[in-house]
Amino acid sequence: MITLTINGLEVSVEEGTTILEAAEFLGFPIPTLCHMEGLTPYGACRLCVVEIGEGPGAKLVSSCTYRAEQGLKVRTSSARVMKARAMIIELLLASCPQSKIIQDLASKYEIRQQRFRQEYEDCILCGRCVRMCEEQMMAKAIGFRGRGQNRSIGTPFDIPSDVCRQCGGCIYVCPACTLRCTYTEPEKAICGGCANISPPCIQKDSFNDLMCYMDPCVACEIKKQ
Amino acid sequence: MDEQIIEKVVIEHRDSLGGILSILTEIQSKFGYLPQDALRQVAKKTDSSLTDIYAVATFYKAFSLKPRGKHLVSVCLGTACHVRGAPKIADEFSRQLGIKSGETTRDKEFSFETVNCLGACALGPTVVVDNHYFSHVTTAKVQHIIEQARKGFQQSDPRTDHRIFKIQVNCPVCNHTLMDNEHEIDGAASIKLAASSSGKKGTIRLSSLYGSSSTDSDGDFPKGNVISIFCPYCREELPSELICPECGANMAMMTAGKYATFHICSRYGCLGHMLDITSQTQDSLKEMKG
Repeated sequence: MITLTINGLEVSVEEGTTILEAAEFLGFPIPTLCHMEGLTPYGACRLCVVEIGEGPGAKLVSSCTYRAEQGLKVRTSSARVMKARAMIIELLLASCPQSKIIQDLASKYEIRQQRFRQEYEDCILCGRCVRMCEEQMMAKAIGFRGRGQNRSIGTPFDIPSDVCRQCGGCIYVCPACTLRCTYTEPEKAICGGCANISPPCIQKDSFNDLMCYMDPCVACEIKKQ
Repeated sequence: MDEQIIEKVVIEHRDSLGGILSILTEIQSKFGYLPQDALRQVAKKTDSSLTDIYAVATFYKAFSLKPRGKHLVSVCLGTACHVRGAPKIADEFSRQLGIKSGETTRDKEFSFETVNCLGACALGPTVVVDNHYFSHVTTAKVQHIIEQARKGFQQSDPRTDHRIFKIQVNCPVCNHTLMDNEHEIDGAASIKLAASSSGKKGTIRLSSLYGSSSTDSDGDFPKGNVISIFCPYCREELPSELICPECGANMAMMTAGKYATFHICSRYGCLGHMLDITSQTQDSLKEMKG
């Protein structure tokens, strides 16, 4: 057994346990996107960032991939962690503003504005679907392609894969496309269902009572394009 | 179609670490790009999923999934080349070829790409066409480079290149000349040698121009096999004492004038050769050149 301290509380865990699991055991909430029980930790979204160590040697690590060490001192919501996490959420928002899950996260961490160039990606490249397909469905029909800016997820050559059984597992686990805002189709839109309670954007005639807390309003921005 | 070629490539690299990269590199060098069928076969034969192979093939910029042209133009856009005006050169190439970076002309003659550094920063702006480097390229030179590439970069002409000279060789055992005036290679008398390998016999002829690797043979020797090389007159095997610096096989020796010995690698197809000058006097050099 390994004993470590999380936010001042001592906890003993089995060897090989990750910090995330230990923190969950104690009940400290750590937000995650790419983490999923049953899939190998991947450390792609960086949302689960925590601070380990003390003084000048303290550093930020992703708790889903970091294994617990004897005597490790972990802080899950220090000022440094919160600042880093807020930045990560802002970046995620910039790439994938339509995701309800990311919008809720932003709301929860009181992020009302993101300062980056807005993109309307469908994917945050968290790799959940890739791991689902490989590890749980044993199919390996989809994977990462390209690199850098051109990195994407999909089947080889963008043609239907012959090993895909169309189980839908990839869609089921996707944090970016489940409960997706679909502004262009008002009846399907989920804006207004998010955790935000501040006054919504008022310029949306065709969207009636839909709310969007984002500034600038995502729906309005898309309409302009 | 290419099934056998791909199978051979896969078997060759199956056991090596990082085999996928070697396999893909070799397939690309054989076909000029990575055909879809080839990737499917590689996946099947290496027992890995197509997804993984495709991920590797799309990750590296060196691999191309689209057929490429006969000539590949790479314009360096690294920092040093960039500040010296490489973007203008890239624009000029793109204008003259009528394609954007990463594309191939419709007649399949040229592919044009920009790269991030060619490691020749001091020579910038650098352009590489079919492995030929061009330094200090200006927009005015672009047209010339394209024309040159279209004509093909010829190997140096042995008759006009001053670095290439003629040698005369004799058998070190019987001292009979090995020159064959009746059979010419590169427009000069050839060196005639007898050869044998696992029961097969034949004659090989080498160019007598030092620096040219032209050969001619009537024996059917498998490439890569070590063959025995004999004097065609006294039938003695040419003595060997040196090891080929290229492949490690024994070398066969001939005498070239009084002061030098000429060595060739005994591995069929290996171009290893060496002129060993025992006493480097002006006389011996003159004798050889004359």
